[in-house]
Amino acid sequence: MNAMEDFRAEVGSSGPVCVKGGGTRWSLGGEANTNVRVVHAPGGIDSHDPAEMTVAVWAGTTLTILAEVLAEKRQEVVLDGPPGSTVGGSLSVGWNSIRRQRIGTARDSLLQAECVGADGRIFKAGGPTVKNASGYELCRLLVGSLGTLALTGRVILRTRPLPECSLWLRGTMSPVEVERSCYRPSSILWDGSNSHVCLEGYGADVESEAEGLAEHGMTEVAGPPDLPPDRDRWSGDLPQGAVLDVATGVVHRHGSTVAPEVDPAVKVIAHRLKANFDPQGRLNPGRDPYQMSA
Amino acid sequence: MVHEVPTGTDELVADLVAAIGPDRVLVGGGARHLYGRDSSIIDGGHSGPVCFPDSTEQVADCIRAAVAHGRDFVPRGAGTGLSGGAVPCNDPVVIATTRMNQIHEVDVERRIAWVGPGVVNLDLTRHLAGTGLHFAPDPSSQQASTIGGNTANNSGGPHCLAYGVTSAHVAAVEVVLSDASTVVLGEEVGDAVGYDLRGAFVGGEGTLGIATRIAVRLTPDPPVVMTLLLDFKSIVDAAEAVTGIIAAGIVPAALEIMDQKVVQAVEKFVSAGYPLDAGAVLIVELDGLPAGVAREVEIVKRVGADNGVGTVRVAADNAERELIWKGRKNAFGAIAHIAPRYYLHDTVVPRTRLAEVIEKVNAAAERHDLIVMNVFHAGDGNLHPLLMFDPREPGTLERVHAAGEEIVRIAIEAGGVLSGEHGIGLEKRRFMSLLFSPDDLAAQRALRDAFDPLGRANPLKVFPTGASCGDVVGLTEIPEGVWV
Repeated sequence: MNAMEDFRAEVGSSGPVCVKGGGTRWSLGGEANTNVRVVHAPGGIDSHDPAEMTVAVWAGTTLTILAEVLAEKRQEVVLDGPPGSTVGGSLSVGWNSIRRQRIGTARDSLLQAECVGADGRIFKAGGPTVKNASGYELCRLLVGSLGTLALTGRVILRTRPLPECSLWLRGTMSPVEVERSCYRPSSILWDGSNSHVCLEGYGADVESEAEGLAEHGMTEVAGPPDLPPDRDRWSGDLPQGAVLDVATGVVHRHGSTVAPEVDPAVKVIAHRLKANFDPQGRLNPGRDPYQMSA
Repeated sequence: MVHEVPTGTDELVADLVAAIGPDRVLVGGGARHLYGRDSSIIDGGHSGPVCFPDSTEQVADCIRAAVAHGRDFVPRGAGTGLSGGAVPCNDPVVIATTRMNQIHEVDVERRIAWVGPGVVNLDLTRHLAGTGLHFAPDPSSQQASTIGGNTANNSGGPHCLAYGVTSAHVAAVEVVLSDASTVVLGEEVGDAVGYDLRGAFVGGEGTLGIATRIAVRLTPDPPVVMTLLLDFKSIVDAAEAVTGIIAAGIVPAALEIMDQKVVQAVEKFVSAGYPLDAGAVLIVELDGLPAGVAREVEIVKRVGADNGVGTVRVAADNAERELIWKGRKNAFGAIAHIAPRYYLHDTVVPRTRLAEVIEKVNAAAERHDLIVMNVFHAGDGNLHPLLMFDPREPGTLERVHAAGEEIVRIAIEAGGVLSGEHGIGLEKRRFMSLLFSPDDLAAQRALRDAFDPLGRANPLKVFPTGASCGDVVGLTEIPEGVWV
């Protein structure tokens, strides 16, 4: 039996079950119900094809290991998360990197997913190629679904070339001015008094843009500011110690956050989706992606 | 030939007219014939009344009336689709969004525009002139196709290699569902929490509902753009160069190949100075900041040299750049003298296997005694072989069908997929089972049914089914002006 068959057998076809990756963001969208059987997706990198710019990887692989392997060929994937996070866990949470402006979104990076459905059968979503308009966009539904529609075993992800040069600057320039002064910076963050900008690309271009920003008082720093672990949608306020990701409207903050209100018409479709994919509600009971705050 | 009008049509038309006005509902045989097809090879669709609503409310009224009278509905943009997605089956109400062509709001600061689904792709970019922003998806149909249609098909185009397909540029979309309710999917900024319903809707081929307002992301114009034209002895060498460029770790804005037959046809048409003796040409566009672009020009030249490039022409200015692109973007208008008809395919293969797949595709066409021409988005492995033929020759259509099916099978055997950007529609639904298992298709069905539990939105598309779509037949006639 291959690893996917093993995973399918572990998930089975009856009884509540939840999947655990690194457990780094375990209580997002609600705690898993107690007494629910916990399963783990297989780990390991199946194949990395640098010339194709894709990687086939098992969902239980940690992001750290994946990043190390990809870095040998000067590539990366968009997923990120706290140490210990897994590929499957990060896709299931669906959070974007603060470098989203360069590397894209988690939802754009998943090309194919091999999953076990609630009926205990294996299905594939998407396709292995970097471009695909064959059938419905199931992969997008899986990212950010907290494992409530299906449990992912193996995925094919888009990779990106690592930038030759990466530089963070900080200063009191407003985020809007920073955006106007640079061509598609990788990240712009705002901590309430300072902008933090990440410039990435070829060395000479990065230096030239950094010089331009330096004229406005921006100075080079070692990296991004410390980002608090929780996330919220920006509503115009920035609490003490919080950091705003300007491109995504995500506030990185400490402490309890509130799920945004969702149009009931959206929830109608969401309920039908859940009912169609998991009529018994056996996958990750207790979790609700609409209870996430960002 | 327009077939008999089904019973109950008079009451349906009365309701549609009451909802949106007599001048917005076409019921004549000519209109129903005209809207019985799109730009695909598929002919023989049967349209019911054709409606031209101009607001979200009117779209909802049209859907409500259709469903109340037991009819399906089919959304339609400019009708430039190539897979039969807008071909009506069994007298549905056709809802054309072409009158909803207002650019509602452009927010330059936040780089977002709200547009009607009927806005023509290129019109938005023209409207943005002077703002330093543009709408990145650029399907070759962009002079005619609408943003609603681009959204339904998740359209690509040459520049989606670096910038992503339409889905990456649709932030939010207002949709009318088959129960006539209206919902906004997505967020202007960032990702919506919960299931990515916006991402599921884009590319739904009009089977999930009708987009009535779309918030698109606007992309800053690159400070530097360089366009290169490289010629090679063979299409295989050109394809190997593409693989080499991607493997070198750069992501050009565009990488397009045209083979010798296309180049010769196009050159007569646009006089862009394409080399007529080359086996294939490769157009490479690089953009970004100046030092990076200069570096990448050198990388492309080196990879070209490694693969036996003849000459490398670097466009000296915008005029020359536009001339090179004019040839590529008008390729399909230029080939009419080769044969009276063509059948345009759209498959994707791993870009590391481009060369071998093209050889197999060309061999398949030869086996079936057909001329094949290749012009395609090489950078993401998106092949567009054109089978040229004269339908008046007995037995030709059978050969075209047989070669077409072989091309699809070659792509799938190489680890590819059925479509890169044209979608499945009616054209490829019978091939879905080559790529997807019954369990894969059941999961897709679960998605579809969540949006359209009534099954009224553009039915019989995408999924393989034995159900017939009226008298639909393929390849009897090819419309003029088809884009890829």
